[in-house]
Amino acid sequence: MKDYRYLPGVTSLGYDPGKCAGCGTCVAVCPHAVFELNDGRARIVDKDGCMECGACARNCAPGAITVTPGVGCAAYIIKTWLPWTRGGTVCC
Amino acid sequence: MERAGYVIEPFVRDFLATPAGSVPRVATGLTARDRLGTALVRSGFRREGYVVAPGLYAVGLPGVQSPVLVTANYKLSFDALRAELAGVDAWMLVVDTRGVNVWCAAGKGLFSAEEIARQVKRARLNQVVGHRRLVLPQLCAPGVAAWKLRKLCGFSAEFGPVRAADVADYLRSGEAMPAMREASFDFMERLVLVPVELTLLWRPALAMLVAVLALSGLGPGVFSFSAMLARAPGMLAALAAGVIAGCVAMPLLLPRLPGTMFAVKGLWPGLALGLAVLAIWGPGAGIPGSLAMLLACLAVASYGAMNFTGSTPYTSPSGVEKEMRRVLPLQAGAGLASVILWIVAGFSGGAS
Repeated sequence: MKDYRYLPGVTSLGYDPGKCAGCGTCVAVCPHAVFELNDGRARIVDKDGCMECGACARNCAPGAITVTPGVGCAAYIIKTWLPWTRGGTVCC
Repeated sequence: MERAGYVIEPFVRDFLATPAGSVPRVATGLTARDRLGTALVRSGFRREGYVVAPGLYAVGLPGVQSPVLVTANYKLSFDALRAELAGVDAWMLVVDTRGVNVWCAAGKGLFSAEEIARQVKRARLNQVVGHRRLVLPQLCAPGVAAWKLRKLCGFSAEFGPVRAADVADYLRSGEAMPAMREASFDFMERLVLVPVELTLLWRPALAMLVAVLALSGLGPGVFSFSAMLARAPGMLAALAAGVIAGCVAMPLLLPRLPGTMFAVKGLWPGLALGLAVLAIWGPGAGIPGSLAMLLACLAVASYGAMNFTGSTPYTSPSGVEKEMRRVLPLQAGAGLASVILWIVAGFSGGAS
């Protein structure tokens, strides 16, 4: 998956190492190997690999990870911009 | 095997008696009927309502210590999992995601810890197995807070691999290798997405056809049927080339095309196919007409390629929004310029 890179420097991913309990669930759920576990604490090793799916934040019991989750889908984003299709459900 | 008012699904082999009632045991081989269903939904037909009933299923000959694999009730997801379980004895707990696949259902909040807990209780899973563990598909994680499950239903959860093909290995070794945890997007995975991209286009394609026929007939004599017949094929070919470039060539060539933004990646096949169209229809169209065809092809190719962001497993919403804010005005500008040039060409007699 490292051959596939999208726009860098845009992700809403945030991480507070002070709250990390070292469970490693973020490492397990991330489909893009954004996290690594080092000395009993998670570390972001590939922030630009993040696709903002929200798996890590949802599964971080102490709430150390934050992200604005969503689908990176142009058709859906256009729907949210148009007043008459806004508030509809996700397309896929 | 018969019960008044019930029909047994073709993928059910027989039923296993358990303390919580009889549980359907499913086949691991896919039949021609399953494959036809897959082909249809992959082509964009009958995607709504392609479901299996939520609840507990068995595969192989599971017992009280056998693992419980959780999945979505989209039949494509259900089939993908059971097809990989030949030789495995396991329980399959199908949760109600309203016919949506694992990852999208998680994104929509349909695949959630609450829904899993509901199905665990409904199936009375605690009477069927002696352990208290669930194996979740990794890609349900955006919707499922696994740490909440023990409190909700008494079962704790571990995340299995991304792909069903790795589930048997995962069950054997008890751990997921890093490669099993990463999304992938190889050529075949991209190829199967192409048909649905095309069938979803019939509405805009029809609108474009009408618009091209109408605009191609405009000229000094207000509307000429013969001018329409002479000019429309070139523009329709340019638009079709744009669709093929953006919705077929771009997805297939994705990692090889230059550019980070999808709209840029779509320009290269768009340019190649647009020039091929000009080689055939350009000489009869004049300079404004040729420009109009090339711009139309590029705009459609770029827009179609940008739309493919919704089908990939790696584009972030923040990134797609940034790309769209940059390129949508350019795509719209190219489309508008194409329309104006096409009308101008009609009045300057380039089609004769």
